[in-house]
Amino acid sequence: MKIIVAIKQVPARDSQLRIAASGKWIEESDVAYEINEPDAYALEAALQLKEKNGGEVIALCAAPERASQTIREALAKGADRAIHIEEDMSAFDPLWSARLLAAAIKSESPDLVLTGLQSDDLGYGQTGVILAELLGLPHATLIMQVETQGAGIRVKRELEDGWFQHVEMPLPALLTIQSGISKLRYATLMGIKKAKTKEVKRFSAADLDAVPGPPNITLDRVYLPERVKHTQLFEGSPKEAAAKLVEKLKFEARVL
Amino acid sequence: MSILAVMEQRGGKWNRMSFETLAAAQQLAKELNTTASAAVIGDGVDSLAAELAAKQLEKVYAVENALLKDYTPDAYSIALRQLTDHAKPALAIFPHSYQVRDFLPKLAASLGKVAVSDVVSHRVQNGEVVLVRQLFQGKISADVRFNGAAPHFASLQAGAYRADQAADGSAPVEKFAPRIEAAEIRTKPLELFRESQRAVDLSAAGIIVSVGRGIKEADNIPLVQKLADALGAELAASRPICDAGWLPMERQVGSSGQTVAPKMYMAIGISGAIQHLVGMKGSRTVVAINKDPNAPIFEVADYGIVGDLFQIVPELIEAVNKAK
Repeated sequence: MKIIVAIKQVPARDSQLRIAASGKWIEESDVAYEINEPDAYALEAALQLKEKNGGEVIALCAAPERASQTIREALAKGADRAIHIEEDMSAFDPLWSARLLAAAIKSESPDLVLTGLQSDDLGYGQTGVILAELLGLPHATLIMQVETQGAGIRVKRELEDGWFQHVEMPLPALLTIQSGISKLRYATLMGIKKAKTKEVKRFSAADLDAVPGPPNITLDRVYLPERVKHTQLFEGSPKEAAAKLVEKLKFEARVL
Repeated sequence: MSILAVMEQRGGKWNRMSFETLAAAQQLAKELNTTASAAVIGDGVDSLAAELAAKQLEKVYAVENALLKDYTPDAYSIALRQLTDHAKPALAIFPHSYQVRDFLPKLAASLGKVAVSDVVSHRVQNGEVVLVRQLFQGKISADVRFNGAAPHFASLQAGAYRADQAADGSAPVEKFAPRIEAAEIRTKPLELFRESQRAVDLSAAGIIVSVGRGIKEADNIPLVQKLADALGAELAASRPICDAGWLPMERQVGSSGQTVAPKMYMAIGISGAIQHLVGMKGSRTVVAINKDPNAPIFEVADYGIVGDLFQIVPELIEAVNKAK
């Protein structure tokens, strides 16, 4: 089974974010980058499928040069090779990004394309589903489990309120993987060593004939959220803060 | 050119978020000086359409085809593309449900459009709609605008609009029968199921103490359990804790777990990602303990302590015991 996993590089989860002077994005020089966590689960799902069914796992990433590190890590964990579309993605809306990824995927003709369910930065949660439309593939989202079944697959999809559903579909197909479905592996020392010799193909959007046109949606302004509630914060030593909180809970909120 | 609310039903039962979408459509229509319509999709939706006909709408579309009985992204995209061509809305809005996430990006892309997903509010500026959504797990907000010609598409976060504000009225029902070929549907959905009977009903709890990633290790859970015991509370958790198996899935609060509204919700080491907040923001009093002062949980908290939970929780247990 030939599997392509689309991975994104995003600011690390515990980053302190500042708004850039332009007011249109965060100050990028402040933050460290890491693999988008949901995509780490998609990569894990791909590696497990390969271990079970054989085949090849290809990591695909569209991002500036800084993503080389994240791509290396995917290779160290067990991806066989990678495609790095080296682009500053700020001019790409979700549809243009998906067109760019689709251009790279088409020439590989994979059996399965996996993505995480959403990105931790923009969080549109759309790249996978748009990709399926552009590639003409059947898809399913929020997948917990993938089994091969004859010439196709049977997946377990998560619904709201604790409900699940199995869905069957032919291959090739696209799945967006739910986070937390299995434990993420660490790269082994051997894996890290091997990663250095693995192939990373580099393209630009122009190489792939996927230079973006005018965006369909525009991020006009980003800002720190306006507080909907006034939060009373308690300071002092842990003991003092705890005592003040309990007093408020008892006499003001009257919940104790 | 009006606003179209696309409702969600399964087996003849509404997804409760649908009426938030309907209320939002009415509100947008008023602000943009246009009309709102609503659509319900399925096979045999007469009674649901009749229910919508008692709302203040220009029209109700009953979108019916035997192939729309069970949800599939292929059939829904095809049906809604045809409905969009027919009804020509300026803006079609949807509840940001798991089902909508599964087909809306496909529908929009098939028309060369991008849907704005997970919208929390809007405003009208110079006759144009500006949508507000959250980035970075709720740490940053963004104003988003559509470019290009209609139709535009957006999905609304659970709880962002109030279903009880949906205005009554009367509207004609128009049957719309999209043409769908069975061969166009490539996925085969099977029966819905639940993993296990829910033994814990968090929605009945008066006080909930909920724990998140900040707890670091499974071995630290008993500390929070002790606090829950002191408060006479149910213990709950955010998704990562249940995914890791540190607490059973049935104790998960959030979009994929339970929705709760206790008189007090105490979030310990929970940053407050959107998926968690939608499950608890109806709580009467929210308390947050977190080391990050910018954690989104503080946006919904009435009371908070910024600091190390491992130092604060033991003190809190002691203070609670003393106050009893």
